[in-house]
Amino acid sequence: MSKSNFTRRGVLKTGAVAGAGLALPTYLNAASHGFTNAPTGGTVTLGFNVPQTGPYADEGADELRAYELAVEHLNGGGDGGMLNTFSSKVLEGNGILGKKVEYVTGDTQTKSDAARASAKSMIEKDGAVMITGGSSSGVAIAVQGLCQEAGVIFMAGLTHSNDTTGKDKKANGFRHFFNGYMSGAALAPVLANLYGNDRKAYHLTADYTWGWTQQESIAASTEALGWETVNDVRTPLAATDFSSYIAPVLNSGADVLVLNHYGGNMVNSLTNAVQFGLREKQVNGKNFEIVVPLFSRLMARGAGENIKGILGSTNWHWSLQDEGSKAFVKSFGTKYGFPPSQAAHTCYVQTLLYADAVARAGSFNPCAVAEALEGYEFDGLGNGPTLYRAEDHQCFKDVLVVKGKENPTSEFDLLEVVEVTPRAQVEYAPDHPMFAGGSLGSCNPGA
Amino acid sequence: MDAILLQTLNGLDKGSAYALIALGLTLIFGTLGVVNFAHGALFMIGAFCAVTLSRIFSWSYTVIDETKTDFLGNPLKVDVPYVQAWFGDEMGAAIIDWSVPLAIIFAIPIMIFIGYAMERGLIKHFYKRPHADQILVTFGLAIVLQEVVKYYFGANPIPTPAPDAFKGSFDFGAFLGMEPNAIIYPYWRMVYFMFAGIIIAGVFAFLQFTTFGMVVRAGMADRETVGLLGINIDRRFTIMFGIAAAVAGLAGVMYTPINSPNYHMGMDFLVLSFVVVVVGGMGSLPGAVLAGFMLGILESFASMNAIKSLIPGIDQIIIYLVAIVILLTRPRGLMGRKGVMED
Amino acid sequence: MFGLDSKDSKLLLIVAVLALAAPFILNPFPAGSELAQFNAGYPDLMQRFVIFGIFAIGFNILFGLTGYLSFGHAAFLGVGSYSAVWMFKLLSMNVIPAIILSVIVAGLFSLLIGYVSLRRSGIYFSILTLAFAQMSFNLAYSVLTPITNGETGLQLTLDDPRVLGQTATADGSIPVTNLFGLEMRSTYELVLGAWNFQFNAGYYLSAVIMLASFYMAIRIFRSPFGLMLRAVKTNQTRLNYTGMNSRPYTLAAFVVSGMYAGLAGGLMASMDPLAGAERMQWTASGEVVLMTILGGAGTLLGPVLGAGFIKYFENIFSKINDNVLHGWFAFLPDGMEDLLVTIVHPFVGKGWHLTLGLLFMMVVIFLPGGLIEGGQRLGKLLRRKSAKQDDEDANKSASTAAE
Repeated sequence: MSKSNFTRRGVLKTGAVAGAGLALPTYLNAASHGFTNAPTGGTVTLGFNVPQTGPYADEGADELRAYELAVEHLNGGGDGGMLNTFSSKVLEGNGILGKKVEYVTGDTQTKSDAARASAKSMIEKDGAVMITGGSSSGVAIAVQGLCQEAGVIFMAGLTHSNDTTGKDKKANGFRHFFNGYMSGAALAPVLANLYGNDRKAYHLTADYTWGWTQQESIAASTEALGWETVNDVRTPLAATDFSSYIAPVLNSGADVLVLNHYGGNMVNSLTNAVQFGLREKQVNGKNFEIVVPLFSRLMARGAGENIKGILGSTNWHWSLQDEGSKAFVKSFGTKYGFPPSQAAHTCYVQTLLYADAVARAGSFNPCAVAEALEGYEFDGLGNGPTLYRAEDHQCFKDVLVVKGKENPTSEFDLLEVVEVTPRAQVEYAPDHPMFAGGSLGSCNPGA
Repeated sequence: MDAILLQTLNGLDKGSAYALIALGLTLIFGTLGVVNFAHGALFMIGAFCAVTLSRIFSWSYTVIDETKTDFLGNPLKVDVPYVQAWFGDEMGAAIIDWSVPLAIIFAIPIMIFIGYAMERGLIKHFYKRPHADQILVTFGLAIVLQEVVKYYFGANPIPTPAPDAFKGSFDFGAFLGMEPNAIIYPYWRMVYFMFAGIIIAGVFAFLQFTTFGMVVRAGMADRETVGLLGINIDRRFTIMFGIAAAVAGLAGVMYTPINSPNYHMGMDFLVLSFVVVVVGGMGSLPGAVLAGFMLGILESFASMNAIKSLIPGIDQIIIYLVAIVILLTRPRGLMGRKGVMED
Repeated sequence: MFGLDSKDSKLLLIVAVLALAAPFILNPFPAGSELAQFNAGYPDLMQRFVIFGIFAIGFNILFGLTGYLSFGHAAFLGVGSYSAVWMFKLLSMNVIPAIILSVIVAGLFSLLIGYVSLRRSGIYFSILTLAFAQMSFNLAYSVLTPITNGETGLQLTLDDPRVLGQTATADGSIPVTNLFGLEMRSTYELVLGAWNFQFNAGYYLSAVIMLASFYMAIRIFRSPFGLMLRAVKTNQTRLNYTGMNSRPYTLAAFVVSGMYAGLAGGLMASMDPLAGAERMQWTASGEVVLMTILGGAGTLLGPVLGAGFIKYFENIFSKINDNVLHGWFAFLPDGMEDLLVTIVHPFVGKGWHLTLGLLFMMVVIFLPGGLIEGGQRLGKLLRRKSAKQDDEDANKSASTAAE
């Protein structure tokens, strides 16, 4: 009984310390290490927050596969994938900074509330130091805001709205995926080239923020090349049958239909448009054409034969022949038996980029990581030389213009690359009006 | 003028789906007095009957084609459907092509069986329980059914095209002497509309002109008295449950070419079909059909550009707005009877 | 105690102890162990438990007492959240004005909807409330975007005015929600050996408000007003024939439960300042119905249990992935391990919906009165057992005494 704390004085002391602890507002164990969830011990935990239920569940499942592959490669397993082609060579396959990478997963349900709840549980309960994933812009922006408050890094998954790195950009958030503006800039010249400069376009737009920003981008870039926008009709998100929106199109004098839809909306509106026989029609003496500005191969499968010959843009496609893409497709295909989707690609790359930035910064501190990512030039990850721009945390890289393949050889071989639009053509000023209105703020380590 | 005609056509087609689902739902409400939240799931299962059949038809063996390569550079595996091997290329392709209409035959017994099993295995025990319990158990069942479908078929929509003969659209405008392309209407949607008409007429004829139907109608009006007359009304109601399931299932089968089916399509229709049933009036079959077509047409009108520019967002809320107006002006919906589900 | 009889005081006391000790109770497994996956004692989930508890308590005042099944209560939670976030944007980051405003706005909104919807009863009433809520959701998602920020949800930004507070903190971040300076996110961590308990300011605020709401609900249940509401449920026609006009009572119940929903919405926004439109969708309204029925409609404690049950599955089961499963079964031989993982796999992670659906069915089939009935049966069983034990003991002592 010589070294017992259970004296009156000892109890008082403990009480005082506990009291002091209570009085100090801390966010988790941030105070003791200078930033939220500093990894202690031999492991580091990453949070993969993807839709596992709801309409984007398959896309989420593909993202998760990519994350598991990335973790395997970071920990030195598998064939190393893109680590071998990545221009930066600081990652050695021994985890991140020698710490073994572990991960937790969560379900965003493609709802901002649920996504935030699941991200919070990863941060508060599992001690995740970085959150990544998602399959819609609403979720990406909501979780990005949360990570900013909590003081962890957010590496966005599939999010295409201009707002993610526009008016809702955050210092702790980073996006590798391309955006609506880039789709427009890449697609418009190809459209003008194939369909002529005097087309009249009819837009059907999903009635929420992503749809609006994409519609704005496509309309602006096609109008700059001489097209006319006849009409822009907003369709409810919950709509499943688009017949009443598509039926009046032929009568409007338009000769191109632009479908600013994604996911289930896209599958249904495209199917309906083809059903109405729009593609066999002639208007103004020209063949009627349909354009789907944001293509996702995974979702396009649902539209079946209807996507044949339809133009759109995509962030990445597995048929690319550069070394990085080939290495990624090989390791993904060997492990899972089918080629990866663009969502899988962007998630895999984001994980590698995060790990690489930590390794270069020599610290998991979000501010150090952000600094290492800002203005970072890299190559070998599938899209050619790429820049993570410091001003808005958006990646700038080549964009693919693709077309629904006429004679697919397999259920994965649905798109063919029409043109690889060079990076210079899709760049814009950070204060471009479509991206104005927000500011990054300062990076938050959570302490 | 042509715009109105065009949207009326669209509305009839949308309304057919609503009417068919609401008809089945009312059969269950009206006969058994059960709030069936799993009805949307039955619609979804019907659609997946079509998917399953086209999968069965295109069941394939693999041939390795050395001349082509797959994405990893290995020789390409080409799938050859058994039906093509058995019936020859042309006949086999035709069978696969016609899988959706053929699925009707396949779906009827399956749906009747599912309905029967559901009623005997689960719903039967909930007749005397409060509506709240019925909602909970059928909602649970709906979740389970759709998760099972998702487990086997994935979350993405699955393309199930109509036969080639029904692809493309019919130019109504030219037919009526207007400008070409003024009013176009896809062939398959016409098929769907006519199909819905046949099913609805069939159900009404069955209830009106058969002895079985007469007993069921009597049971709907006064279950106890019919029971006292020594008629096994429960057994007939079970069969009606099977028929209601089949109606929902067939609506699903035929809907697949219009929109590629996915596992949550039932939930998308569930709320709408409840609104339709209630607007039509609880327990009234003609009310359900009438309300289905009416809401379909109004929904189509609300999506016209002229109306949308007048009242922004009207197409988002039209169905609910109409439901509120009707329920406030007609206390029991369009054709509801007094005392059904009012407590 | 506080004007409650002894049974109710005991109930309130139990709930209070459970709520205050939740960080211990919900964290039974040491951090780092395989079972730590089942720990629910982290701030976000604990907050959700009590906030949805408030929502369900309020819903039960309407549904449990009057039998009116509203399918649109999520709309009140939604407008509550929106008004709270607007308060944070315009006034200050203090949660008190935000919560007050959210209760008031939700109360007014429910007065309006209740006044119209209560003109009908039964399923017609349900569909009217559903229609109002779906209209609110659809509009909030699209054309009302200037007020609601649509798909993304209403968020705070660095250039909000916040007239009584600061627009941005000194280091250029958005200020955090607080109660007169006590930050809602501040958490005190107590490390006891392998255990790691988190005491969060926001949680305790929510828990205290939940206790107050629970107390209010008990008072309403036991009041003449509550009795009148029960009379409405039992037989409204007869009540009307006695010359009573039941409408003012049902409307009052509707507005009270709407205000509870607004309170829950305001609290949610206070814990995490973002208001998404999905909060108003019919699935969200359906969720509170399920919570109440699952726990036991018309009972005091049931809805809170139901809320906890559903939120637990949503947040804990959805996070169990194959990796975790392999961790659990690692002690088994490889073949067995893979087999077990394959069996469990469809029910966890992305399959959590399936488990929830199955549990809904099981509970309603085997426990007609909801979870609360399960608890009562268990209690009875134990009591009978202990009574038996007592008898035996008594017999034994009697026989020994006889010797």
